[in-house]
Order: sequence, then C-alpha cells, then structure tokens
Amino acid sequence: MHRHIKVLSSFAGIAALIVSAVVGTSSASAAAAGPLAPYDAKHAGGTVTLVAQAAAGTLDPKVNYTAQFWQLYQATYDGLLTFSYGSGATTFVVVPDLAEALPVSSNGGKTLTFKLRSGIKFSNGKPVTVADVKASFERIFKVSSPTAGSFYNGIVGAAACLKTPATCKLDKGIVVNAAKNTIVMNLVAADETILSKLAVPHAVINPASAPSKDAGTTIIPTTGAYMFKSYNPNKSLVMVRNPYYKEWSHAAQPQGYPDQILFKFGITPTAQVTAVENNQANWAYDPIPADRLNEIGTKYASQVHVNPLTAMWYLPMNVNIAPFNNVKARQAVNYAIDRAAMVKIFGGTQLAGPVCSFLPPNFPGHVDYCGYTKGATPAKPAKAWTAPDLELAKQLVKDSGTAGQEVGIVVSDDDVNKQMGVYLQSVLTSIGYKATVKPISGNIQFTYIQNTSNKVQISVSQWYQDYPAASDFLDVLLGCASFTPNSDSSINMSGYCNKALDAKMAKAKTLGLTDPVAANKMWGQIDQEVMADAPVAVVFTPKQLDFISSGTKNYIFSLQYKMFVSQLQVK
Amino acid sequence: MSLKDSSEAIFSESPGKIALRILAKDKRSIISLSILGVIIFLSFMAPVFSHYVADTNPFESSLNATIIVHGAEKPVLEASTTGLGLGVTPIGPTWNIRSYFLGADGQGRDVMARLLYGGRSTLIIGTTAGLLCIFFSLLIGIIAGYRRGWIDAVLSRILDIIWAFPVYLLAISLSVVLLTSGLSIGFIHLGPGSFALPIVIIGVVYIPYVARPIRAQVLALREREFVRAAVGTGAKHSTIIFREILPNVMPSVIVFIPIIVSLSMLTESALSFLSIGVQPPAASWGTIINDGLALLYTRPIVGLAPGLMIVFTAAALNLYGDAVRDALDPKTRARGD
Repeated sequence: MHRHIKVLSSFAGIAALIVSAVVGTSSASAAAAGPLAPYDAKHAGGTVTLVAQAAAGTLDPKVNYTAQFWQLYQATYDGLLTFSYGSGATTFVVVPDLAEALPVSSNGGKTLTFKLRSGIKFSNGKPVTVADVKASFERIFKVSSPTAGSFYNGIVGAAACLKTPATCKLDKGIVVNAAKNTIVMNLVAADETILSKLAVPHAVINPASAPSKDAGTTIIPTTGAYMFKSYNPNKSLVMVRNPYYKEWSHAAQPQGYPDQILFKFGITPTAQVTAVENNQANWAYDPIPADRLNEIGTKYASQVHVNPLTAMWYLPMNVNIAPFNNVKARQAVNYAIDRAAMVKIFGGTQLAGPVCSFLPPNFPGHVDYCGYTKGATPAKPAKAWTAPDLELAKQLVKDSGTAGQEVGIVVSDDDVNKQMGVYLQSVLTSIGYKATVKPISGNIQFTYIQNTSNKVQISVSQWYQDYPAASDFLDVLLGCASFTPNSDSSINMSGYCNKALDAKMAKAKTLGLTDPVAANKMWGQIDQEVMADAPVAVVFTPKQLDFISSGTKNYIFSLQYKMFVSQLQVK
Repeated sequence: MSLKDSSEAIFSESPGKIALRILAKDKRSIISLSILGVIIFLSFMAPVFSHYVADTNPFESSLNATIIVHGAEKPVLEASTTGLGLGVTPIGPTWNIRSYFLGADGQGRDVMARLLYGGRSTLIIGTTAGLLCIFFSLLIGIIAGYRRGWIDAVLSRILDIIWAFPVYLLAISLSVVLLTSGLSIGFIHLGPGSFALPIVIIGVVYIPYVARPIRAQVLALREREFVRAAVGTGAKHSTIIFREILPNVMPSVIVFIPIIVSLSMLTESALSFLSIGVQPPAASWGTIINDGLALLYTRPIVGLAPGLMIVFTAAALNLYGDAVRDALDPKTRARGD
C-alpha cells in the first residue's frame, strides 16, 4: 500500500506540475479546472455530428493509436483504470473505472491487486468477467498493439508474448480469481507510470471472444456509455447509446448527452468549417485551413476554443536507410528547418510555438534548450530556437557525403500537412537533396510511415501525450522496444535504437519510483543526448483549436483526451 | 468568293495551300492563333520573367519573405491582427509586375511567376502527349485498316479494352500506380515524378479515340479504285501507304491535332490538380489551382488565374480546330464559306 500511495503521490505531483504550467498559459476560452458537473438530464438527446477528412484506420482500441479515435474511446471502452473526466488538473488524475478502486500495491510495487466491479455488461449483453480482463491483456500482445513493447512489456510473461504473440499467455502476469472477482497483476519490476499505462485505451477490457488479430472495421462490444453501431472508413462512424450501460462512476464513465454521435468522413477541412458555421455539424476534427482561421477568429470568436497541448509536430527520420543513416544528414535537417515558417503554415503564433527539444514545454523533464538554432550546437545549446542555420546545414550535408541523394517526404494529404511537406521539400532541396513530396491519405499515413518495409525516409507526424510522463515521449517514441521492423505498429518511426540511452531510460524510470524530481532531471539529460543524435527534428508545440457550432453547448476540454465528445449538448 | 472562282482555285492549287489560304482569312483562326501565340510566348518567357523582372524563385518556399508596398515593408505572409489573431494570409495582388503581381501562394511564392512556369509545363505536356497520341493512333489505324485480318483483330481488341475504361478513370489509375514506382520499358526508364510520365499516360489513354476513326477511314480507302489500281500495278505496300493512303488520311489527322492537344492539356491539369500529374515544386496550371483551393476564401486569384488560362487556351484550340476542319472540308470550300 505504501508503494501504491507513493506512486500516486508522485503522479499527482507530475500532474500538478503540468497543470500549473499548462493551464496558466491557456486561452480565455479554456474551461475552468474541476470535476465534471452533475448530469443534467434535460439536455440529453439529439445527434452530435463530427466531421473529418478521413477516418483514423482500424477501430480496434488495442491497435488504433490516433488522437482522433482515442477521443471516442473515452466514451465507449473502459479499462480497469482511466483518466478522470473533468477539466484542468482533474483530467490527469487516474481513477478506478472497471476496477472498484485503485489497485493495492505490494511486493515493492511489483504486484497490483484489483477488484473488478460487479454487474457491468458489454454492449452485447454479456457480463464483464475477470476472464475478459486476462484475455484483454493477452490480446494486447496478440494484436501487436503499438505499445505492447513499451507500455506492457513489464508484465510477467510479456517477454515471451512479444516473441510469439499468437500464443501469448499471461498466466503468471495476470492472475485472476473468478470467485473473488480479483485480478492480480505481477510486474517484472515496479513501474512509476503503470497506473497511467493502464488508463489508456490500449488497456481497455474487451470480451474474451474478441478477435486475436486487428479487428479492423469489425466492431468490438463496448462497456461505456456508447457503443459503435457501424463503421465505414470511407463514409462514417456511428455511435449510439449502449443499452446495457448504467453509470457506475461519474468521474470514470459519465452518462453522455447526445443519443447518437455521428462521425462523418470524406469532408475537406474547408467544408468542415462551413458545415460548423452553418450548424450542419457540431465540430470540425481537422486543423482549420489557414485561409479560414482569420474568418473564424473574427466572425465566430465565441465558438472558438484554443487550449494548450502537451504535444509536438515532428519529422521522424529513418536512421536505418540513406541518407538519414548518417547523423550529419539528420542534424542538417534540424538546422535547416525554419520552425517559425512551419508555425506560420500551422496558423501562426497563436496556435503553435517553435521548439527543438523532444519533451514539450511545461512537461516533466523538459529543459529549455535548443541545439539546432543559429549560433548553437547540441553540445552548446541555446535557450530557445531563434533562426535556422542554412549554411551550417549545407555544410553538414556536404560533409555527410549524402548530397544529391533522393529523399521522399511522406505526408498526410490534408492541406496543412501537404503544405508542410512542400515547405520541407523546398528546404531539403536547398541544402542539397533531390526531395519529393508524397501525400497519402490520412487514413493510412500514420501506420504507413511506421512500417519499415515502406522505406519511408522522412515524414511529418504528430505526437500527443498518452499520459503525463517523460517516458511517454522518449521511451515510447525512441525506445528500442517500440521499434518492430516491417510492422504497421512500430511507433518508433525512426527505427532508432540506442542501447546506452535505452539503459539510461530504464534507470530514469526506476528512479522515478523513489525520486521523481531527480528522475525528471535525468529525462532532461536523455532528451538532450537523444537530440544530439537527431533521429527526429522537432518542429513546434501546437495548441488545440476546437471550432464548434453555435448550437453546441457544454464544451469541456481535457488535457488528457481533448474535447469530451459525449458531454457535448445539442438540446 | 463565287462558285466559279472557288472551282478554279480548287483546280489550280493543292488542298493544303487552299486550306492555308482559307485559314489566313478566317477570323476564328486569326483570333485563336493570336490568343495561343500570346499564351505560348508568355509561358516560354517564364524564366526571363522570374529572373529579370520579378527576381524570384517560384520553386522555393519564401514564408518569411518581405516586400515593399507603397514604401512600407510588408511580410509576404501576413499574420492576422483582428479578433483572436488567428491565421496567416498570403499577400494579395500588388499589380506591380516586379513584385508579386498576382500576390503570393501559401508558401510565399510569386503566383505570377508560377503561373507562367505552369503554363510552360501544361503546354509542353499537353502538346507532346497530343502529338504522341496522334503518331501512335496513325500508326495503329493504318496498320490495322490496311493489313486487316488477325492484325486488325488484335489491334482493334486492344483499342476496345482501352476504350472500355472511362478516360479520366484510366488516366488517374495509371498515374497513381506509376507515380510512386515510375515506368520501365526495356531501356526506357521514366522515374517517379518525371514530366514524361503524364505525357505517356495521357498519350496512351486517348489513342483509341483517334486510332479507330483513322482505321475506319483506311478500311474504306483500301477499297477505293485508286488503291486497287496501285495494288494491281504491283506497287509495294509502303508505296501504297505513303502515296495513296496517308495523303487521304492526313486532313482528318490535322483536324484531330488541336482537339487532342486541348483534351490532353485538360487531362494534364486534372491529374496535376489531383496531385498525380506534375509533382511539386514544379508547377502546372493544375497544381496551381490545387494550391489555390486552400486559399479560395482569402486569395481566390491563386486558383482563378490558372483556371482562366486553361479556359482561354482550350477555347482557342477548339476554335482553331473548327476553323481547320472547315478549311480542309471540300464541301465547305465548294460552298465558298
């Protein structure tokens, strides 16, 4: 129990640190911090219509790793734990969900004991059992979840599951007792972030009968307030109320307001804005096109919500193929890109800020530094990014012997990403490469750039925190365990694996159990060491702009999951 | 011209000279050629305009560039200062030929310079693809129509297969596939993003539309007395084709040229608009319309300008095609039109 409290207190400390910094800089439109208001039944009903250019690929909550669908999973699936509904600091707090309470910790933090709530049913009417819980954890490995190797590799038996996913058994890692309705999770070592990892969608509980491979467009029964009714990635995703849902925790899985949530795909960003302006849609998912920002910022200012994010836009470079298997080539890209220019493409300084550290500002472990700005080096970094250094970049390309090589830039085909790609092509051409832009559908870009068999050299991607800890950026995105060659679930897109830094990250994680402050200091050092190797070029930290229709009420922003879709009111 | 004068002219001049003389007096021909001449001249002056007049590189992003407008320095991409201060808008037309005459696009590039370069790409691809199509159509049409038998059957079925696909659907499918992998046929290799790719694709998809009428015409000519007479005198096949068949097919081919070039240009623009034709940073009118799509609300001229250029060029080519058809038509000539 002591360790359990210790874990929670350190987590709360991290959350408080982020919230004090992040909320302090949020716009006036950000909701006030606090728990979720009580349910108001008179606003229930109606259909909330969301619009996006493309779907986010598979609907399988254990495989999908996009902010677009994670935003929906919070109202549909449940894990043993979850991040709390509410706003501000509340949304970083882990609360019991399908578990009756937070786990009892023993054995030096290596054993966590949960008690499953009774009486909860899946949307197909079958009760949630401890067998489903065990099967769900095994399924993480069977479907090769993108975080299987980084979040859940600490479960006893996970190592074997990672080697042979198809036959994964966690008999010693997840021990269930059907009579007592308990689940004992055994870890190889104590993990300071385990509660957060259990609160994200990859750890949700599915029926034991769920397919042991990526379900794709097949709908898996849910436990939350809503269930998926239909999914056609080219057309729409429909969510309706789960007939077997009954609120068990207002903080974990509150009752939702709309009767139906309709997510329409295939609508261009500019058409999305028009639809929201005309009250034909309640919310536009994609980044607002640059030529509509001024319009909505002036004519529809009251419907615009701008909130800070702990996220980044970055350029993963494949360190295993030319030209970026050469560190000088990667550093050249870091020096060459004009981050202020890319901020302009994103919509200006009100919506993003240039950075070059891996950990975003106001995040645990973040250090204000930039090794890739004019007049600085990774060894002698400046405090912040000021300007690109094209001359140095050209020299580095020349020194690397990679000048004249062909470089393909894979971007998503929406306006903003495509513009980023065109800009990047111009920069890479100017420093000596033969660059081409390859825009592909946002439906597949995120998984396409992960798969090494596609031989992607450089891409434009985004990362939004899964949970508020440095390991969620450094370990997840650049740890050796996150690199799976020839897999669509290889979130370490750069294919970067530095054994020495991996060991340091493991050390920082262990240190976090006892001394979070020292651990964060260590993460800050790791950040700088990683960026000296430049497997990626970090570009800027975005802010979240939500544009909602005039008829949509009760906008609540979560630092963890962004806008709560199920809490929108249209009545 | 009276009927008598017309008849005298027909017997005293070759058909080609008569057609040229008629075209020289045809208003449609004069207007369309003038429009085409201006567009072609301006487009091929693109490097001169960029280098010596506007002093800009239309293929390089200039997101942080500034220009002087009415004595004041202004950023090419202006940040909003109203409301919530959201968004960045490219500068609009300055109407100053030396500096962002038609304004900037989302990458801060001079739209006028890109428009001229785009015209060059569209005209080169459209014309080359059109001529490529005409050449192979003529070849296939004459071989199939003259040889008949199994050669005709095989070639005709291949044309049928290509014809079975809607032309744009086929062009888009081929472009999507070849855009990433390129095209290798023997020693010929066209890399991904090569200008030659859209030329080949567009040239191929229109072949049935020209080859089949030519084949039909050759089949009819093959049965005419003068061809039979040539066969009877023991003339070689090549002699018959070049002396008897080809001269009689050429009027139709000449009429096809402006129409197919016009269609090829439109197809190129469509493919480039869909990002599967000319690849960035190179410009064509289609890619510029695509760029303009993202600026339709704030800077509509970015999309409108290339759109108007396409309209004028295609209309001029079609108008010229009509004039050529009338000039080569003996009935029209006989009427004295």
